[in-house]
Amino acid sequence: MNAIEFENVSFSYEEGGAFQIKNLNFHVEEGEFLAILGHNGSGKSTLARLSNGLLEADSGVIRVFGEELTEKNLFDIRKQVGIVFQNPDNQTVASIVEDDIAFGAENIALPREEIGVRIDFALKAVGMEEYRHATVSRLSGGQKQRIAIAGVLAVMPKVLILDESTAMLDPRGRREIIDCVTRLNREEGITVVLITHFMEEALRATRAIVMNRGEIVMQGAPQDIFERHEELLTYNLTLPLIGRICKELRAGGLPVCDTLDAKSLAKEIAQCVSKQST
Amino acid sequence: MKDVAFGQYYPTKSFVHNLDPRLKILFLIAYIVAIFLANNFAGLACCLFVLILAIGFSRVPVLRVFKAIKGILFLIIFTTVLNLLFYNGETVYAEWWIFTITKEGIIFSAFLVVRLVLLITCSSLLTYTTTPVALTDGIESLLYPLTWIRFPVRELAQIMSIALRYIPILIDETERIMNAQKARGANFETGGLVSRVKAVIPVLIPLLLSSFRRAEELGDAMEARCYTGGKKRTKFKKLRFTWRDVLAFLLIAALITGVVLLKIYLGATV
Amino acid sequence: MRIQAEHLNYTYNQGSPFAKAALKDVSLTVEEGEFFGIIGHTGSGKSTFVQHLNALLRVPTSLKKYHKKRKSPPSDTVLKVGEFDLTDKKTDFNALRSKVGMVMQYPEYQLFAETVFDDVAFGYKNFAPQKPTKEQVENAVRDALTIVGLDYNEVKDMSPFDLSGGQKRRVAIAGVIVTKPEILVLDEPAAGLDPLGKQEIMELLHRLHASWCKSILIVSHDMDEIAENCTRVAVFSEGEVKYVLPPKELFTHSEELLSLGLDVPLTAKVCLELKKLGIDVKCDFTTEDFLKQTLALAGKGVAK
Repeated sequence: MNAIEFENVSFSYEEGGAFQIKNLNFHVEEGEFLAILGHNGSGKSTLARLSNGLLEADSGVIRVFGEELTEKNLFDIRKQVGIVFQNPDNQTVASIVEDDIAFGAENIALPREEIGVRIDFALKAVGMEEYRHATVSRLSGGQKQRIAIAGVLAVMPKVLILDESTAMLDPRGRREIIDCVTRLNREEGITVVLITHFMEEALRATRAIVMNRGEIVMQGAPQDIFERHEELLTYNLTLPLIGRICKELRAGGLPVCDTLDAKSLAKEIAQCVSKQST
Repeated sequence: MKDVAFGQYYPTKSFVHNLDPRLKILFLIAYIVAIFLANNFAGLACCLFVLILAIGFSRVPVLRVFKAIKGILFLIIFTTVLNLLFYNGETVYAEWWIFTITKEGIIFSAFLVVRLVLLITCSSLLTYTTTPVALTDGIESLLYPLTWIRFPVRELAQIMSIALRYIPILIDETERIMNAQKARGANFETGGLVSRVKAVIPVLIPLLLSSFRRAEELGDAMEARCYTGGKKRTKFKKLRFTWRDVLAFLLIAALITGVVLLKIYLGATV
Repeated sequence: MRIQAEHLNYTYNQGSPFAKAALKDVSLTVEEGEFFGIIGHTGSGKSTFVQHLNALLRVPTSLKKYHKKRKSPPSDTVLKVGEFDLTDKKTDFNALRSKVGMVMQYPEYQLFAETVFDDVAFGYKNFAPQKPTKEQVENAVRDALTIVGLDYNEVKDMSPFDLSGGQKRRVAIAGVIVTKPEILVLDEPAAGLDPLGKQEIMELLHRLHASWCKSILIVSHDMDEIAENCTRVAVFSEGEVKYVLPPKELFTHSEELLSLGLDVPLTAKVCLELKKLGIDVKCDFTTEDFLKQTLALAGKGVAK
């Protein structure tokens, strides 16, 4: 089943203005890890806000788990599609971790005992159990962002959208977030949509989409997309460094396969070198 | 800076820290009433005794507590001197031009000083021992009866809680922007009134813009987490009374009774 | 101008229960002409250090008082930028700031004026010893906007808020370099930009290094960025300087860096893994050299 489905969706901020999203058709399958890539201003963030009704489409149909998104079922749709935004400082409503995570659960009017259970679940899911009573402003960027994820998880959505949630973090924070959502996807079965312009992050996804000027211009497995590297350049995207190295090595006559991390690349190189020397 | 500048909460664990914030607010009000009910030195002494007890049990360093007075020292001295010189009493000690120093004036001024000092110290003790969050919770809970007249208590508390969350961030941001403009040669320290007001613009505009940007993103984030404002919500945290609260309540009740009894039996000094 | 810091300490919220030592006995010298990198993760003290360089943070004078009172020898803290002694209260900090440009994190958030022209001119007018003529201002702004890669005539009358993210950042940088500082310090210059935007900013910095600014200091947490661009790197961790080395030598310490919780460039990681497999690739860890050396190694293998 499709978790999210767009059918001929268009959107512009002003009436008659330039389209942010143009006649878009795409879907997110239940349980998948989808990466949406695109340079700044390609319309990828608009996509996220349309998916749970923060923005209203000018035309077209958006379905969430088969149900058409309308003003009437907005509240129920938001229970199913959670979004984590970019700035770790702009998403928390309370000063204490536990109070902030409770916020979403309070909004959907859960009884108090259930909220307690949800907080436990959410903190565990992001690996921040020991920070339950911590002050949000004292946490690192990555930790704040994990609290933001926990805040969304407390509502128990089936789909988690990360709208450039790693853009403002340092490498360690970024890794924390990517590891966290990868695990949520694999272990909790949550559908993850990762919107990013860090190409390396897309390598974890099962499927990737490239957006340019409000349209989908490429889609497929991340590795296949990185193969088409000249095409990526025309959309203002560059290959992740590891992809570039693999490509250059191949061009130099060392037949390495595309890999995702340093360790497997080293293995590839070692294999090729030993083959060539024998 | 962001931690110290706001709330001046003194983080430690103590009897006073653990009291229910609602009670602490009520105690503060009761205590202030007691200070002004006490009209003889014995009554004031009782008040002072309770305050010393409270400070002792709060484990906040005494010096830090009295630091709060420093801010209004000028005000205290000013009003005291004024009263000392102009109070109309009967037993005149000294007289010069339009000033008269009387026995009653001295006593009144002394009372004034003690009352002001007690007032400021006990109020600051509340903020030293109560986190802004707990304070908000307390106020929300105390105002709860107002929901009967459709007063949006919950929303108000939400606003206060968000403000508390964002004040340190905005202080930080102001500092950052000021630094950025200082690095571009902006001068905030010298110059006349006009040039100083002008110097604020390069800080104010970026600060406003960033606040709007934050507000917008926060609004989206809240909506995405199913916030609808008016809709019925539940509440996770509930304040509960403990034995400490009962004890503190007895102490404050004893203070009020004592002050009133002293008032009746000893009569007024002022 | 040379930057010389010795035994520099800094504590935030000194004397409060939230006191936090941000710099602990930091000694670091940056020679004129370097493209210097400072790396470390959030809270390592790297931003605190660079804010000292144009006196946005001051060397604590209370320390001096402390020593004076006890008649002990004065504190041994040294902080000099060129001729400017930053431990001396009487130093002309305004003159210093016109020589040491500081681009903060997300500098586009400091834009405030109605037009791009006014915003860029702000720093120039502030630092000018005498009121500059209209022509002088125009020339300075034109030069600054041109070198950051914007079309002067096209953008000068636009509102800075109508520009794209990357353009805004370049206007903000123009607003700092308009006084032609000798040293340019940038805190995370590429943060938040997409890959192409990043590349453009780094190109701009090299252009500036070759023309206006003798030394460039970048603070970053991106090891790849540092490895590709800097002549030397200082590694900050927990308020201390752990290493000061050229990237090539630094990344021979890859294992220690990783144990400090710091990232190393991808090439260094691959080299480390290859070493474990018994293949020793000697390279300076830039992507180009890594490719060259790896291919050469493989080629030798063929020759055998």
